[in-house]
Amino acid sequence: MPQMTLVQAINDALKTEMRRDPTVIVMGEDVGVNGGVFRATEGLYQEFGPDRAIDTPLAESGIVGTAIGMAINGLKPVAEIQFDGFMAPAFDQIISHAARIRWRSRGRFHVPIVIRVPYGGGIRALEHHSEAPEAYYVHTPGLKVVIPSNPYDAKGLLISAIRDPDPVIFFEPKRLYRAFRQEVPEGDYTVPIGKASLVREGTDVTVITWGAMVRVCLQAIEQLEGISVELIDLRTLKPLDIETVLTSVAKTGRAVIVQEAPRTCSLASELIALINERLLLQLQAPVVRVTGYDTHIPYLTMEQYYLPDAGRVKKGIEKVLSF
Amino acid sequence: MAAKVTLQRESLVPFIQILGPDGMANPNDVVELGLKPHDFKALYRWMVLARTFDERALALQRQGRLGTYAPLLGQEAAQVGSAYALKPEDWVFPSYREHAVLAMRGQSWLQLFTYWGGNEEGNRIPEGMRNFMICVPIATQILHATGAAWAAKLKGEKSCAIVYFGDGATSEGDFHEGLNFAGVFKVPVVFFCQNNQYAISVPRTRQTASETLAQKALAYGFEGVQVDGNDVFAVYKVTRDALEKARAGGGPTLIEAVTYRLTHHTTADDWTRYRPAEEVEMWKQKDPIKRLRLYLEKQGLWSEQDEAKLLEEAKAEIAQAVAQYEALPKRDVEDIFKYMYAEMPWNLKEQLQELKDYLAEHGGDLPHE
Amino acid sequence: MPQLNIVQAINDALRTEMRRDPTVVVMGEDVGVNGGVFRVTENLYKEFGPDRSIDTPLSEAGIVGTAIGMAINGLKPVAEIQFDGFLPPAFDQIISHAARICWRSRGRFHVPIVIRAPYGGGIRAPEYHSESPEAYYAHTPGLKVVIPSNPYDAKGLLIAAIRDPDPVIYLEPKRLYRAFRAEVPEGDYIVPIGKARIAHEGSHVTLIAWGAMIPVALGAAEKMAAQNVSVEVIDLRTIVPLDVETVIESVKKTGRVVILHEAPRTCGFGAELAALVNDKAFEYLQAPIVRVTGFDTFIPQARLEDYYLPDVGRCLKGIEKVLSY
Repeated sequence: MPQMTLVQAINDALKTEMRRDPTVIVMGEDVGVNGGVFRATEGLYQEFGPDRAIDTPLAESGIVGTAIGMAINGLKPVAEIQFDGFMAPAFDQIISHAARIRWRSRGRFHVPIVIRVPYGGGIRALEHHSEAPEAYYVHTPGLKVVIPSNPYDAKGLLISAIRDPDPVIFFEPKRLYRAFRQEVPEGDYTVPIGKASLVREGTDVTVITWGAMVRVCLQAIEQLEGISVELIDLRTLKPLDIETVLTSVAKTGRAVIVQEAPRTCSLASELIALINERLLLQLQAPVVRVTGYDTHIPYLTMEQYYLPDAGRVKKGIEKVLSF
Repeated sequence: MAAKVTLQRESLVPFIQILGPDGMANPNDVVELGLKPHDFKALYRWMVLARTFDERALALQRQGRLGTYAPLLGQEAAQVGSAYALKPEDWVFPSYREHAVLAMRGQSWLQLFTYWGGNEEGNRIPEGMRNFMICVPIATQILHATGAAWAAKLKGEKSCAIVYFGDGATSEGDFHEGLNFAGVFKVPVVFFCQNNQYAISVPRTRQTASETLAQKALAYGFEGVQVDGNDVFAVYKVTRDALEKARAGGGPTLIEAVTYRLTHHTTADDWTRYRPAEEVEMWKQKDPIKRLRLYLEKQGLWSEQDEAKLLEEAKAEIAQAVAQYEALPKRDVEDIFKYMYAEMPWNLKEQLQELKDYLAEHGGDLPHE
Repeated sequence: MPQLNIVQAINDALRTEMRRDPTVVVMGEDVGVNGGVFRVTENLYKEFGPDRSIDTPLSEAGIVGTAIGMAINGLKPVAEIQFDGFLPPAFDQIISHAARICWRSRGRFHVPIVIRAPYGGGIRAPEYHSESPEAYYAHTPGLKVVIPSNPYDAKGLLIAAIRDPDPVIYLEPKRLYRAFRAEVPEGDYIVPIGKARIAHEGSHVTLIAWGAMIPVALGAAEKMAAQNVSVEVIDLRTIVPLDVETVIESVKKTGRVVILHEAPRTCGFGAELAALVNDKAFEYLQAPIVRVTGFDTFIPQARLEDYYLPDVGRCLKGIEKVLSY
């Protein structure tokens, strides 16, 4: 089985689906001739030509808005927004249209688009290139939000997302793009949307995370001696795999949530609210959040202080255990 | 080395008129339309129907029987003339004032009342019909039309798209992005701007310092044309030509139909606050329906009796739709939760149950506080 | 003291500040000649002219973006976005610029703008005219988010927002615009940003709400009082920065919490409140926190919106649930 990086796995998913389904196209800034600024669309232009690997003008609202129109007229566009920070210009098209068209049309139209976005910090990038904006999209009804943490999931989830009849925001932790390789099957397979993955079983405390933080949490867990940690990689942020979360927390009675995004009104908040609603009696300690701060993510000389690291995760685990 | 530059602002785009406010038209121009007397009558009928619907909707809103409503009075020719040029396989992306266009494309008056009555079923476009839904956020639909037309081109279909928007929409970013994409990819789309002179209260001169809206097309690399939007013949002609060009691979066109909203922006607006009476009077003289009637009469195609009969039929047709609208069944609360996703996720199932339980505890409906 | 409704109180706040401070301008679609679609800016055009009561082209990104530029060069724009559903076209300017400029410039520039938007459901409005988007802005670092629930607070909070050196999203519950009148002092006063208000004192359960949910909360508190249940209603008034002290003090007293909001539940501001209570008052909780909220759908149009918006009955159900645990 080939060993691939996450970016190669995404490329492979795109290629696999474009070969299988002639209605799948990729579009975005620099995705054609250049193969994408991270090379996620490398080779697609050569294989599928300029009508299926489309270099668009520099206009995020334009990319998402026209992708919606294409989807209504029978195509399955995979639109790339070049960086997380540039999703904001497309926000109106995403929340006012992509998310709503099935509901507004009473099921007559639907929008099977995928919006792929390199996500998060840790690569010492420029301003507006290291954002973790998932909470905006998790709060918006009508969207699905997916974020893989390894090459295998990246390929399987992206294929699922392309086949999904609803709009999917597909975040790619750019810090993991080339961080490691993994066996990725050739050809067609899916990882289902809406299913978390139990990365590690444990009994003392549940750690819930996603994206690039999965590796950080694994690092932390390895440094902790004599503590049995259950690690959940959500993989899909909406719809949430609530069952996996609750089953685990019911067992351990303690939970830590780790995310890159700012803390206030985030997915971590929602997870705490859900756990509190459903498992208050089983909880032995308040759920702990280890998150980015309620600031913007700093530039490269300070970003390591902003992003949760293994030390902060350990501290969170120790806190929830010592209550 | 200084080149001599001449600015010819007035002539940047053509202005097309065939039928004057006095009902006079150059016979050669009319022949060139390729329309027959029955077409003239059909155009007239649609305009009268649209105005009848509009009057009725306004009255229903005033009586509390309809929600906030966006009237079209004065814009009948722009809508009817352009829609008459469409083929069934063409896509239509309306804004929220194109009642005449939607009706001509096969949506029922009942459906329109249903929408403006605050019922999501009004947005359910019949299967197979290539109309998209009413669009409220200004200018956003321009991108959808460009995308749909682009898809048609990529799939090798012979259809195109037309998108309706107003003068205010040309100030939004999505207008720029939509026209720019269409120009770059030579997409078969017609951008149909009804310049009705006001975005609620703000006059056209405050939307742009550009001499015309149509000339904005030139910067995107395609043709722009200004047309008398109250002249149903001219509107038909420029739209038909633009659609034919698009179908033939000639790319997009921006049409600016110069018209006037002879009424409120919506029923929540009071138009007397922001425009002078003389201006309104001046535009009333250019009424699109009146001028076609004058033309038909001059051609011996229309009589008092024809007029009386048409008005009666129009009233009856709209009255029937109103009766159907008012007899619509009570909504099921499940309608709130349906159609969010292809499959309902757990949180929506739970929340639907939560609402159903609550209603059940109060005899099946909301308690009266 | 004059009796004003919320629209009049906001109008009064704008006039008061525009008279006091010549750098304050209002700008937006139809805010000048027409006096705003809700008449919030009525007569400002007559008193202050077209340069301080500015009718802009129809472009939300344009309105907020140019307001930012004006603010950097010494003005204090109060920008109106005509309806909640039309905030998204300005989203990039709000989150990527207004919210960040002070931080990015290391305090060299700041953006003292107020973005006013009529907010929420309940007036039988068309699509995209009844949204509750506060969570998007609460999640964005660098913004303040203020939501009044009565005329007195509306005026005092808006004056505070205009004087605030940071960008403030000021959401006006349109359902309450003309719902009732209250005494509003003439001239200058402020209600501080970041301070909640105990709208109704109680000891058995804490009910946290804001905006148009306050009358619903008070209605529920009244009904519960008849059953000898004492409900403490907190009107947050500002959701960012949150008056966490008032919230936590109340929860420590009652041990039971109901959160009430119009917005969709998932990742709504109710989630943050639940998380904060979990962080800071976990051992005082006698029952799981209950959220009574809009559903995770879009707000339906007129025919069904009453079923979507939390009402007194749903609120009572939430209180009973938290009490019976």
